[in-house]
Amino acid sequence: MPNEVLKIEDLHTHFFTDQGEIPAVDGVSLTVHKGEVVGVVGESGCGKSVTSLSIMQLIPSPPGKIVGGSIHFKGEDLLSVSKKRIKEIRGNEISMIFQEPMTSLDPLFTIGNQLREAIRIHQKVTKKQANERSIEMLKLVGIPRAEAVMNEYPHQLSGGMRQRVMIAIAMSCDPEILIADEPTTALDVTIQAQILDLMKKLNQEKETAILMITHDLGVVAEICDRVIVMYAGQVVEEGTTREILKDPKHPYTKGLIRSIPKLHEKDQQLYSIPGTVPKPKMGNVGCRFNDRCEYAHDRCFAETPELFSIINNRYSRCFLLDDSEGKVVTDAEANIRS
Amino acid sequence: MKIEEKQTQSEQVNTNPPEKGQPPKQAKMRASSPWRDSLRQLRRNRFALAGIFIIVFFIAVALLAPLITSYSYDKIDPVNRLQPPSGEHWFGTDDIGRDIFTRIAYGARISLQVGFFAVTGALVFGTLLGIIAGYYGRWIDMIISRIFDILLAFPSILLAIAIVAILGSSLENALIAIAIVNIPIFGRLIRSKVVSLREEEFIMAARAQGMKNGRIIIHHILPNSVAPIIVQATLSFGTAILEAAALGFLGLGAQPPTPEWGAMLAGSRDFIQLAPWTLIFPGVSIMLVVLGFNLVGDGLRDALDPKMKN
Repeated sequence: MPNEVLKIEDLHTHFFTDQGEIPAVDGVSLTVHKGEVVGVVGESGCGKSVTSLSIMQLIPSPPGKIVGGSIHFKGEDLLSVSKKRIKEIRGNEISMIFQEPMTSLDPLFTIGNQLREAIRIHQKVTKKQANERSIEMLKLVGIPRAEAVMNEYPHQLSGGMRQRVMIAIAMSCDPEILIADEPTTALDVTIQAQILDLMKKLNQEKETAILMITHDLGVVAEICDRVIVMYAGQVVEEGTTREILKDPKHPYTKGLIRSIPKLHEKDQQLYSIPGTVPKPKMGNVGCRFNDRCEYAHDRCFAETPELFSIINNRYSRCFLLDDSEGKVVTDAEANIRS
Repeated sequence: MKIEEKQTQSEQVNTNPPEKGQPPKQAKMRASSPWRDSLRQLRRNRFALAGIFIIVFFIAVALLAPLITSYSYDKIDPVNRLQPPSGEHWFGTDDIGRDIFTRIAYGARISLQVGFFAVTGALVFGTLLGIIAGYYGRWIDMIISRIFDILLAFPSILLAIAIVAILGSSLENALIAIAIVNIPIFGRLIRSKVVSLREEEFIMAARAQGMKNGRIIIHHILPNSVAPIIVQATLSFGTAILEAAALGFLGLGAQPPTPEWGAMLAGSRDFIQLAPWTLIFPGVSIMLVVLGFNLVGDGLRDALDPKMKN
């Protein structure tokens, strides 16, 4: 497609520790198109954040290192451009917001100071213009009394306000894509909804693509167009939000969806997938989910599944979907095929 | 306390209606800037105030030395040698008849200067090395930290003596020696602060905004490390004066007839029973100045430490 903003292919980011080489991101491919909101979902430790930091090339090195694959931003290979160019791209064309709004702002400077600074790194504007732009951005992200907030310190703002400021900083240079690493995890539910609304609004008004890293399927349902489910450093399923939520193919995604508390089913114990995410290690054979999967069979332990294509842009890393195998077709699957 | 803050805030909002393009200076003056809070904290600390008083007093004495005494610090007066304190000679005279009060007043200049330059030197180089080690890490951290370890393995006075022995005995060389001895103290402090700051999310956010390393260091790392630097500088000021006095006492610092307090102690130690004032006054002066800096240093530490806020 011509309007691909971000295209990651077969990304491998490994950490070299005393305990050996750890493939935190192991062959991840994903594409974000212009104006699209893509969710990356998974439990903690599955490589979501490492993927996002790899895009920005903010992997702490050592011990981390991108050992393979490619990251193309509007056709430019980010892994081979100069450090100078990366710094131009960061914050200007690709922006990022983090999980902890409480600590993402420098406590010693006013909000205005930090906004102006962010603007003046990438844009040749006067202090006055930067100031006007800052106030405009604060208004855009829905901060009341923006002029007064400009002179306030981070500790004077609530978590939700700070996350709005972070979004204002991230959006101040009109980036092509905004990477949001669990932007609502540290916020309570009402504020979370407001922040998601804001991001959706910015996405629609400014056509900024968003890569939403989250572990919360509620957030995904709220905002994402497409979803990528990650498990132990790999993509295990990919599809539109509707497809993933209505008709998950991979047993892991099914488990994730089953473990969402439901409003109408009272007196039931909440489902959880047995076991925990395995520690990624080198030279793993077999499906990474095999020890927790209720559908696991011999092949899952002997071979490593590839990402099987189901229909257009719909993938799942499960042998159950391998057409060459005499496979078990589930009811839901039969429905969608027919 | 909270109510008080709110009131000052609302007052400020009333007096300064939000105008566009407020100069940043005004922003810094606002009631709840972190620095303002610390200053208020410091003003409530009586010990720190006492320390400030002592320091200001000695600075005044140093500056006004020619005005508050009519004697010369090196004029020998054999007739009036070893005079006890009197209206004529407030602190008495030493073994060759020099007025001790005058020598203390001029000595204050020397001690404060040594403290100032030694601390400034140690601070500049220590901070520079500490930031490089802490921010860039890896092999450069390895090299700088090991050098600090080696320097710190010597007893500081012994190291200072060794340096002076190499450079030769003089006040300037004593000053250089004291600065060198204090570099690793600042360096290690800053390094550990920078290492923890580097992991802060706002530094990561700054990098994600495309900020260059130099800019991050100057605009975010350095301002956030200022608090421990100020505290250490104040405390080191006291130690530097003490070390200068020790070197002077050993004859490795200021040379006669310079009225350095340590050298004065050394020159009069034979008369401790005959004329105790020759030792008491320089000794008390050293003690007071060091005490003053320690009190202020402790007060600053409490005022600048967010955990000590009540």
